[in-house]
Amino acid sequence: MCLGIPGRIVEIKDDTGLRMGTVDFGGVRRDVCLAYLDEDIQVGDYAIVHVGFAISKVDEDEAKRTFEILKEMSELDELEWLGDVADRSLEGGTAS
Amino acid sequence: MKYLSEYRDPKIARSLADQIRSTASRRWVLMEVCGGQTHTIVKQGIDELLHDAVEMIHGPGCPVCVTPLEQIDRALHIAARPDVVFTSFGDMLRVPGSESDLFQVRANGGDVRIVYSPLDALEIARRHPDKEVVFFAVGFETTAPANAMAVWRAKQLDVSNFSVLVSHVTVPPAMTALLASPDNRVQAFLAAGHVCTVMGWTEYEPLAATYRVPIVVTGFEPLDLLEGILMAVNQLEKGRHEVENQYVRSVRREGNRPAQDVIGKVFRLVDRQWRGIGMIPSSGLGLREEYAAFDAELKFGVSVVTATEPEECHAGDVLRGKMKPHECPAFGTLCTPERPLGAPMVSSEGACAAYFNYGRFRSAAAKA
Ligand code: SF4
Repeated sequence: MCLGIPGRIVEIKDDTGLRMGTVDFGGVRRDVCLAYLDEDIQVGDYAIVHVGFAISKVDEDEAKRTFEILKEMSELDELEWLGDVADRSLEGGTAS
Repeated sequence: MKYLSEYRDPKIARSLADQIRSTASRRWVLMEVCGGQTHTIVKQGIDELLHDAVEMIHGPGCPVCVTPLEQIDRALHIAARPDVVFTSFGDMLRVPGSESDLFQVRANGGDVRIVYSPLDALEIARRHPDKEVVFFAVGFETTAPANAMAVWRAKQLDVSNFSVLVSHVTVPPAMTALLASPDNRVQAFLAAGHVCTVMGWTEYEPLAATYRVPIVVTGFEPLDLLEGILMAVNQLEKGRHEVENQYVRSVRREGNRPAQDVIGKVFRLVDRQWRGIGMIPSSGLGLREEYAAFDAELKFGVSVVTATEPEECHAGDVLRGKMKPHECPAFGTLCTPERPLGAPMVSSEGACAAYFNYGRFRSAAAKA
């Protein structure tokens, strides 16, 4: 749970006073809290995301390079699996 | 050098490894703090590659591993209640409690759900006002900003059926405890890059000065680790003991201020029990008084639980770097990832699981 994964911010929105957004991780999209990033972040920026929270901005090259390395080290398998499981948890019923 | 070919940039890796070996005039003892770093080191064989120059001992930075047994038992107790939806990061589900684990509770009909973010747990609470939704808030400073925000939001939005079972730990007090121990062998630390992304590294400066130990803030990719090790070895050779930052891409000295603010609003420092290690003063985070209504321990009255660890498990020695996982008599026999005896065999950040998954069995023990 300490692994940070870089992704691209594709949407920034306000959820009743909390800055949220959608982040794309190589095709897998998740809702992410953006409250801990500087206010000047924009759609298209890259950030490192931990458990649904962006904790630092990174540049594009760095983000892509890290993403590739994580992929090569098969550290991203969990991301897709988790996406499914987490969505089912939200919908209700017991996820497996 | 068999592992070098697997690096994305084998040339740089080889050059860093050569520099480390030619710089080290003796074999230095380094500890990587973060379980994610342990995972990379063992997976990529960095410890074996640098065997003559450094001994890598694996630190306590696996949140799943250090969450106390009592807290797992409390989680199991709460999760079994029919009125509760129990939510957690996936890693926690297989951690053995005294008698069972969260998977078992789920198999017995408990509503236990894995969430991606603690805000998802809060969302479940908003969608199910008839249920008590509990989130297992564990981890180091990397998950603290997320968990703090979920509680802060719950209060702001007045979601009274949401609560958290908190078992947060912080890294610097654990490093202090290791350094202060009379049989400490650690000569330099690789501090955890993402913990420092949140907290910065000012907390480490007095540590480096007091114990005269180099601390290098390091990332978790293979090249980061090689570079961090080289920086630490350089300091050791020159007799320096400073905090240096290898992971400049993500870490600033002051850390992430907005995240620290929310952590400070919701949490306060408390003494914490570390599984396998024991009580470390002021080493954890607990909810502030203003957030007591969101404290699952109070809400469900599960404060007093006593638990005993299985005798065969040497997790405490592994977590303090006194024993390598494959030296544990239960390793790979009584204890495997399918049937873990102790928490370090569960999570991918646990040292025992890393050794098991990457084939470090007894044959390797002779070398280590
Ligand atoms: S191998 Fe298993 S029993 Fe031995 S210390 Fe690790 S978790 Fe405990």
